[in-house]
Amino acid sequence: MSSQPAVHGQSGPPAAQTPAERVLELNGVHTYYGNIHALKGVTMDVAPGEIVTLIGSNGAGKSTTLRTISGIERAREGTVRLNGRDITKMPAHEVVALGVGHAPEGRRVFSRMSVAENLDLGAFRRSGPDVATDLARVYDLFPRLKERRTQKAGTLSGGEQQMLAIGRALMTQPSVLLLDEPSMGLSPILTEQIFKIISEINDQGTTVLLVEQNALMALNVAQRGYVLQTGKIILSDTAANLAANEQVRQAYLGEI
Amino acid sequence: MRFRLPQRFNLVSTILWGLRIVVAVLVLAGSWATLSSGKLTPDAWRELIVFGIAQGSVYGLIALGYTLVYGVLFMINFAHGDVFMTGAMTAFFVARNFGESGFINANPIVALLIIFAVSMLTSMLVAIVLERIAYRPLRRAPRLVPLITAIGASLFISNSIRGIYGEQSQSYPSVTALQGRLDLFGIPILKTQALVIASAIVLMIALVYFVERTRTGRAMRAVSEDKDVAALMGINVDRIIVTTFAVGGLLAGAAGVLYALVFNEVDWFMGFLPGIKAFTAAVLGGIGNIAGAMVGGLTLGVLESVGPFLLLGGANVPSPNQLRDVIAFTVLVLVLIFRPNGILGRSEPGR
Repeated sequence: MSSQPAVHGQSGPPAAQTPAERVLELNGVHTYYGNIHALKGVTMDVAPGEIVTLIGSNGAGKSTTLRTISGIERAREGTVRLNGRDITKMPAHEVVALGVGHAPEGRRVFSRMSVAENLDLGAFRRSGPDVATDLARVYDLFPRLKERRTQKAGTLSGGEQQMLAIGRALMTQPSVLLLDEPSMGLSPILTEQIFKIISEINDQGTTVLLVEQNALMALNVAQRGYVLQTGKIILSDTAANLAANEQVRQAYLGEI
Repeated sequence: MRFRLPQRFNLVSTILWGLRIVVAVLVLAGSWATLSSGKLTPDAWRELIVFGIAQGSVYGLIALGYTLVYGVLFMINFAHGDVFMTGAMTAFFVARNFGESGFINANPIVALLIIFAVSMLTSMLVAIVLERIAYRPLRRAPRLVPLITAIGASLFISNSIRGIYGEQSQSYPSVTALQGRLDLFGIPILKTQALVIASAIVLMIALVYFVERTRTGRAMRAVSEDKDVAALMGINVDRIIVTTFAVGGLLAGAAGVLYALVFNEVDWFMGFLPGIKAFTAAVLGGIGNIAGAMVGGLTLGVLESVGPFLLLGGANVPSPNQLRDVIAFTVLVLVLIFRPNGILGRSEPGR
């Protein structure tokens, strides 16, 4: 582990920018579930326009990291900064308004509501003409959602629900989009499609923090990556370097 | 040789089927005996049905409070009956005052509106305080804990009212404008009952509009589906929960005045039985389901009013009306055996 480029606790990963230029910045974040110490000092950052991926095995704390960022869980120690502003102690519903869009693990669409209502809820804190612009953008990215906008979200297929979850998070007009396991439970073809759309969203200027178990796909679309293991960042490098890294290949890319 | 029963024939379903048949036979026999004896005139039946609908509307309005709170918190607010009682008891003093000054007959519409407003606002306030003090601190506690708190809060509220307003029953002044009958499509209906039914309809329509069409209503539905994700949409979940209690309180307060108009008497204990009945109605219709609360309320109200006479009238039971609660709760048990999620209930996954 000591031979790796960056180790837990150190700052300055390869693509590091000056602090002001970071959309998202976590510094020594500790999160607990009751007595379970889930995050043990996570330090990472995301710069504007990037896709950064957070990979790691089951239970490593990937989802907890995202939940801590968006305020569903509260860090007991450390700080979370969004565009330079401390949001560590802020409740989730206020964090959204400052620009964190979170598509949670397992999609969790509002299944008894229509597709359109789900998307409207994404814009709950917003008003004005740009809401309509964003809605048009989401329907552009996901034409399937437009076709099914009056349908109850619970009747959608898994892939469509994932599209809805991403679209709904985009409707919050995020400065960083948190995606939690967008490929979960999807066929390889659908997974590829979703990842293509993630790149497209990024090309349109949205910064993305992507949590994935499918490390290969994630490292393909991302510029940088972090490897999380039992609540600690053990590796941080460019996506290309991580994909070539022996340790990563063994542990997460299914190579022996 | 081994004797094997067919796969789908098992003991439980046999007993249930047996029960179904017994119930059907008893209902048919009882009704037939009553109807053929001709003890009650068609007019009497109509009276019972209309009274049942009026009473059921009151149950339905209270039941909405149970069902709304259950929808967002998955908790039964057993103090809701006392929220209802507090409104009716507080508005009584305004009503008595209006009665003594003659204002209630000089200007009945304004007087009634004020009485309604006082009752509704009082109940709303009690519901809000209840949520803040008794339930919010326990948001993350195991589910049994708020249930016990609810029972405690119920006793606290009813006994506080007993201490403040006294123990004796009070009766609302009679409103001359509400005496007598109203001719509705050829059916003469008591004016008080017509007012009760009409008010309930208006309030229920307003509630459906609120939940289905407004921004806050949509947020409420989101919170009832998934609190974490609702927060991720920017919804202040705590605010929506307290709003839900407030709406339930408003409806309970209105129900309180309607109850006082129909039954005339109010006292510190009046929340108990209607509270239990409304809870029954909510379960009967499908807890968590708004339409279910209304359907459950009306069903229970009519069953309670008509059931005893219909089923027992022919059997020469002395005063069947005394058995209304027995009939009502028997129906609850039967409905829950055959439709555990209630009349309109859907099977909720998990939780």
